[in-house]
Amino acid sequence: MTTTKSNTYFWQGNQACAEGAIAAGCRFFAGYPITPASEIAAHMAKRLPQVGGIAIQMEDELASVGVAIGASWAGAKAMTATSGPGFSLMQEFIGYAFITETPCVIVDAQRAGPSTGQATKCGQGDVMQSRWGTHGDYSAIVLSPNSVEEMFTLTVRAFNLAEEYRTPVILLADETIAHMREQITVPSSDSVNVINRRKPRAGDKAFFGLEEVPPMPAVGEGFNVAVTGSTHDEYGIRFTADPLVHKKLVERLNNKIRNHVEEISDFEDYNIEGCQIALLVYGCTSRAIYEAVEKAEAKGIKIGYIRLKTIWPFPEKLVRKLAEKAEKIIVPEMNLGQICYEVERVANGLAEVIPLNKIGGGELITPEELLAKILREAEKNE
Amino acid sequence: MSEAFSVRKYLRDLKLPFCPGCGIFTLMDAFLRSIHELGHEDLKDFVFCSGIGCSSWICSPYFVADSIHTPHGRSIPVATGIKLVHPSLNVVVFGGDGDIVGIGMSHFIHAARRNLDILVIMVNNMIYGMTGGQVAPTTPFKTKTATTPYGSFEEPLDATRLAVTAGACYSARWTTAHPNELKESIKKALRMKGFRFIEVVSQCPTAYGRRAGFKNVGEILKWLKENAVSIGQAEKLSEKELEKRVVVGQFVERKRPTVVENVYAVIKEAQVNDTKS
Repeated sequence: MTTTKSNTYFWQGNQACAEGAIAAGCRFFAGYPITPASEIAAHMAKRLPQVGGIAIQMEDELASVGVAIGASWAGAKAMTATSGPGFSLMQEFIGYAFITETPCVIVDAQRAGPSTGQATKCGQGDVMQSRWGTHGDYSAIVLSPNSVEEMFTLTVRAFNLAEEYRTPVILLADETIAHMREQITVPSSDSVNVINRRKPRAGDKAFFGLEEVPPMPAVGEGFNVAVTGSTHDEYGIRFTADPLVHKKLVERLNNKIRNHVEEISDFEDYNIEGCQIALLVYGCTSRAIYEAVEKAEAKGIKIGYIRLKTIWPFPEKLVRKLAEKAEKIIVPEMNLGQICYEVERVANGLAEVIPLNKIGGGELITPEELLAKILREAEKNE
Repeated sequence: MSEAFSVRKYLRDLKLPFCPGCGIFTLMDAFLRSIHELGHEDLKDFVFCSGIGCSSWICSPYFVADSIHTPHGRSIPVATGIKLVHPSLNVVVFGGDGDIVGIGMSHFIHAARRNLDILVIMVNNMIYGMTGGQVAPTTPFKTKTATTPYGSFEEPLDATRLAVTAGACYSARWTTAHPNELKESIKKALRMKGFRFIEVVSQCPTAYGRRAGFKNVGEILKWLKENAVSIGQAEKLSEKELEKRVVVGQFVERKRPTVVENVYAVIKEAQVNDTKS
């Protein structure tokens, strides 16, 4: 780590992610090499042993997330990091972490897919996969950083949400945010808000129900905890056929997230009340909006935006409010349209939803392209 | 061994789900007898991991212990995380042949290679039993199964020898027709360090036995007993003579530094260097 007297550094996004994890109390990392996430593994391999933690490279991404889940049940805060192809492999264990209520953080630094695609180039094609990637009924918490600083702060938040809700949390970064370097001011360790999982008291037996988020023991603490990816009752006992046990478990697992959308949601907004044209943005694509908005305003266009830092659970109330105010919502994405359909569903005709898509070569949507789109849509209005 | 052995004290008060005549009962008995004979009054120093399949239900949730029942084939990665973070716990993996050397093969080889300090007990019933008797990587050549109605056209895998090649500190094979030898093997493995592997060739009367032409469990056990050949004797036999024989015994016993020791040495070193700089 480059050390200066102040807490200001010039870091790569992946390094900021690794340091954010350590600040949040992460002491276990496992990964498998993949562009553009490998620097997280390299940084963790260097830094974690210095703070008494473990970093290990596993045989594949299945094992990487599996070993993190094992570490979590042994009481450690654990993380893995990957990109699209590895994220696909991890889906099996993501569902397992969800049903077993295992806190852990999975970083997906997106690249252009499908499959190997353009391995070193930026994309935002994993947005729906981050929500629906594993099978069955589940709810995901997915955060979307748009700067090196947010690679730090949102990684901390990912751990806090994982611990608070006892669920896997996905940090959905992208190649641009992961690889770029920016100035970052790191908060001192005592000013970082760190949340830890609630531990059971002596005699507690229900670690999978009775409460919305039950307490979580670690193995070796004498609680005889039975963890299973099969449907189970409050005590971890498998019920593979009882309809009520399944309904009760799966509804609680989903509701513990769906009933707390407002607490989980984090966003930046501007001029929602007074806008005619709105932008709904997230991740690297959102970096183009500031210049575009300034120039659009200079031309007299009433413009506002919402930048989502939490993509999932989708903040329906917030986006509906935007649709009530704006006539048009432009949704720029580095994919062929993913979040725009969610916006359209929530807007439900209240505002026109206009996708702005760009893929290939990792080329970002530029402020000029965004401004041109805004001007075209404003002209149509006149 | 102050009090008489009873499986009851190690088991939750739940009905076991296994078919009558299943080899798993013999293994459960041998394992818990080993625990008892080694002087463990309970299982609090153990953590059990298992995947998907009949034998993954041995420990989950029936043992009064911490047990983690993972996705199919993924027990070893989860066991790896637990053992690395909590080295003082004895981590034991139970799994079937499909779980450990089918879908989970890569994790099995790598755990042996890195010498992860765990005991893996693999029940080899030569079939996918829970799903209705499909061909497994361990199914003998020409065996009829649900998915090889004309007989298996692939050669089976020798998991015990694979463990030796991959670097295991202990690798042994016994059958459910050798309960005493099996128990002694488990006791020995539990006292050792490093990656330890025991293959238990076992009967599945429901999905394998009847397809292979056995009339009852007794016939399968008799076949296992009669066709078992010790590793010493096997060396004197030709490949032809070893066809359809089950080679039993201890295949390797050795000492190697474990990944757990090595990881903690790295942490110590990194902290010393960090203090220096």
